Amino acid sequence: MDVMKKVPVREQEPAVRAKNFEEVCLGYNEEEAVAEAGRCLGCKNAQCMKGCPVSINIPAFIAEVKERNFEAAYQIISQSSALPAVCGRVCPQESQCEGKCIRGIKGEAVAIGKLERFVADWARENGIAPKKADEMNKRKVAVIGSGPAGLTCAGDLAKLGYDVTIFEALHEAGGVLIYGIPEFRLPKQKVVAKEVENVKSLGVKIETNVVIGKSTTIDELMDEEGFEAVFIGSGAGLPRFMGIPGEQANGVFSANEFLTRNNLMKAFREEYDTPIMKGKKVAVVGGGNVAMDAARTALRLGAEVHIVYRRSEEELPARVEEVHHAKEEGVIFDLLTNPTEILVDENGWVKGMKLVKMELGEPDASGRRSPVEIEGSEYEIELDTVIMSLGTSPNPLISSTTEGLEINRRKCIVADDAGATSKPGVFAGGDAVTGAATVILAMGAGKAAAQGIHEYLSNK
Amino acid sequence: MYPIVRKEKLADKIFLMDVKAPRVAKTCEPGQFIIVKIDEEGERIPLTICDYDREAGTITIVFQIVGASTQRMTDLEVGDGFQDFVGPLGCASELVETDIEELKKKKIVFIAGGVGTAPVYPQVKWLHEHGVDCDVIMGSKTKDLLILVEEMRKVATNLYVTTDDGSYGFHGMGTNQLQALVDEGKTYDQCIAIGPMIMMKFVCLLTKELGIPTIVSMNPIMVDGTGMCGACRLTVGDEVKFACVDGPEFDGHLVDFDQAMKRQQLYKTDEGRAMLKLQEGDTHHGGCGHCGGDE
Repeated sequence: MDVMKKVPVREQEPAVRAKNFEEVCLGYNEEEAVAEAGRCLGCKNAQCMKGCPVSINIPAFIAEVKERNFEAAYQIISQSSALPAVCGRVCPQESQCEGKCIRGIKGEAVAIGKLERFVADWARENGIAPKKADEMNKRKVAVIGSGPAGLTCAGDLAKLGYDVTIFEALHEAGGVLIYGIPEFRLPKQKVVAKEVENVKSLGVKIETNVVIGKSTTIDELMDEEGFEAVFIGSGAGLPRFMGIPGEQANGVFSANEFLTRNNLMKAFREEYDTPIMKGKKVAVVGGGNVAMDAARTALRLGAEVHIVYRRSEEELPARVEEVHHAKEEGVIFDLLTNPTEILVDENGWVKGMKLVKMELGEPDASGRRSPVEIEGSEYEIELDTVIMSLGTSPNPLISSTTEGLEINRRKCIVADDAGATSKPGVFAGGDAVTGAATVILAMGAGKAAAQGIHEYLSNK
Repeated sequence: MYPIVRKEKLADKIFLMDVKAPRVAKTCEPGQFIIVKIDEEGERIPLTICDYDREAGTITIVFQIVGASTQRMTDLEVGDGFQDFVGPLGCASELVETDIEELKKKKIVFIAGGVGTAPVYPQVKWLHEHGVDCDVIMGSKTKDLLILVEEMRKVATNLYVTTDDGSYGFHGMGTNQLQALVDEGKTYDQCIAIGPMIMMKFVCLLTKELGIPTIVSMNPIMVDGTGMCGACRLTVGDEVKFACVDGPEFDGHLVDFDQAMKRQQLYKTDEGRAMLKLQEGDTHHGGCGHCGGDE
C-alpha cells in the first residue's frame, strides 16, 4: 500500500450508474476504513479540525477507527455532528478538513469524509443511536425548517434537555436533503430518514405541513404556544431565472422544480403519481452543485445533457468530485457559453436555445474574471428541455410576517455569530442568513445558534 | 392524518369535502388555498378554500375529477383522511384586506365559472357577514353542473345564474350576463372573476372595455406551493410572478392569459397531453392532476 495515497473507494461503474438512481459511491468496508485510518498522523495541533465548521474531533475518531472501536468513534462524531452519514457524503471535504490535512502536503489527504461516512453507516447498521439528554427541562424551543441547520440546532438543544419542536412546511422532514440532493448522492430512506429518526430519538418533535408565516407566525408561537425561543432555518428556497425571452415556455424548469419532482415526489419511481419531463436533449444552465445534480438526474432519466456555463472549468462552483462524476457519466460541458434566448415552437414548447460564446475578461470585484460576450459568436442548438440552475434566494414568507426581524438588501435575515437576530429570542442560521451555501455551513450555523439559544435562555 | 368529516357529490364529477385541519382553519382567509396529498405516492394537489369553520377546525374543499389523482380522491370516504394537508397558502383576497367602510361604498360583482364557484363562495359569504352588498353571476355549461346555487343565494345580494345551453337561468355565458346587466343600467366598480382561464380571459377583455377593475384567481400547475419550484410562474404586467406566493389573485387586466393558457394547455388539449406523455415517458401516469379531460 502506498501510504501517500488514499485507500481507493469503490464506486458503481459510470456506464452502469448513469442508468440508475442507486448510490454512486459505495463507501469503505471495515478493512478499507481501518487501513485508511492508519494513514492519519494523529497531529496534536490538528489542522483538520480547524477546517470543520462543526469542529468534529477528527484525530480522536480516526484513532478509534484504527483500533476498530467503531461505536466509540461514532459517539465522538455525534458529540459535534447530528448528521454524520449526510456530511460524510456531501461535505466539500477537499476545501475543509481534508484541505488542511498535513498528509495532503506531500501526498493525498486522509479520506476523512469517507471515514466519517463509514462510521455513521456502521452505527446505523448496528443500531447505535446518539445519546439522549439525562434530564429534559420543560422549556420549549421552536425550530423552523428541518434541513441541515434546523436538524442540527434541534439535536443540540435536545441534548441540552430542551423541549424542541421542528416545524416543516413540506410533507417530509429533511429540507434540501430530501428535495434537493438526489438519491444517487444521498439515499433518502437509508440515510436521510434514519438521521432524522436519530434527531427524533433525542426527544425532538417534528410537525410537518406547517408553513410559518401562513399556518401560524413566529409571534404566535412565542405569545400563544409558549415557545421561549425560535430558531429560523428556513433555507433559501426561491429560484432565480435569467429573464431572457422564452423562459415561460413549456419545458423550462427551475432546478428546484426538476429536483423536487424527482427527489421529494419521487417521480422517477413508477408507483408515484407525480410526473417529470424526461426530455431527449436537456440544457442545464449554471455550474454549481445543484446544476450537477439536475444534470445527472436528467441523464439518468434518459436524456442527452449539456451543462451550459458562462465561465471556464476552473471557475465552476461545483465540487471537483461532482464535476468529475458528471463527466464520467457522460454529461457534456458547454463552457464559456451563455444563453441569450430560449426558442419556442408555435404550441409554446421549447425547441432550442440561442447561445453566445464568452471569453474571460478582467477580474471583477469578487476577484473572478468576468465573462464577456464574443461578438458575432451566436449560435443555436436544438433542445426540448431547459433547466435553470442559477442559485436561490431566501423566501420572504417569514421575514415579512415577523415583527421587528431585520433583513438585508438580499432579503437574508441579519444574525450575529451566535445566530441572534434583531428580535429578542429569535435566532437564525443557514441559507436563510447567508444565502445559498453548503449543508455543513448550515449545520455549523445551527450548532452555533443552539449554543446561543442555550445562553440566552440560561440568562433569561 | 387529516380526517374527512363530510363528503358530498355536488354534480357529475364534482365533490365537496370537509377536512379536519385545525391549524389551517384557525388562520385561513378567503382567497387562499391549500395543498392535499392523499398518501405516500400521491401528488401534491392545490385546491382553493371553499369554506372554513374555525371552531370545528375544518376546511371545505371542492374538486372536480380531472385526472388520476382527483379520481383517487373520490375513493376516500368520511372517516378516511389525507396523509398531508397544508395551508393556508397564498395571499388572502384583496377584499379582506380592504377597509369595510370603503367596501360598502363599492359596487362589486363576482363572476364564477364552473368549479370556480367554490372559491368565490367564501368571499361572498365574508362580504355578507361584514354587511357588504355584492352581485354574483355564476354559471356552467349546463344545469347539472351548477354547484352551490342555494348556498350562494343566501349570501349574494343579487344572484344571476347562467348556463351555456340555457337549461337553467340566463341562456349564455357570464360575460353575456354582465353585459346585459350593464346595458340595463347597472354600474360596477370592482369585478372578481374566478373560473377556467379562458373564461377569466374573456371577462377581462369585457371589463377592460367597460372600465371595471378586475381581480382574477389563477390556478396554474404547482408542486410545493411555497415559492420553491417556480412551476406556477406567470407574467403579470412586465413582471414574472409566482401564483403560489404572490397570488393566487392578480389584476386580471395585467395577466398574460395567452401565455398562462399555453402553459396550462399541456394538460388540456389532446396534442398537449400526447406531448406530455411523450416527454414524461414512464413517469406519466395521467396523474398530473389535470389531464384526462378538463372541462
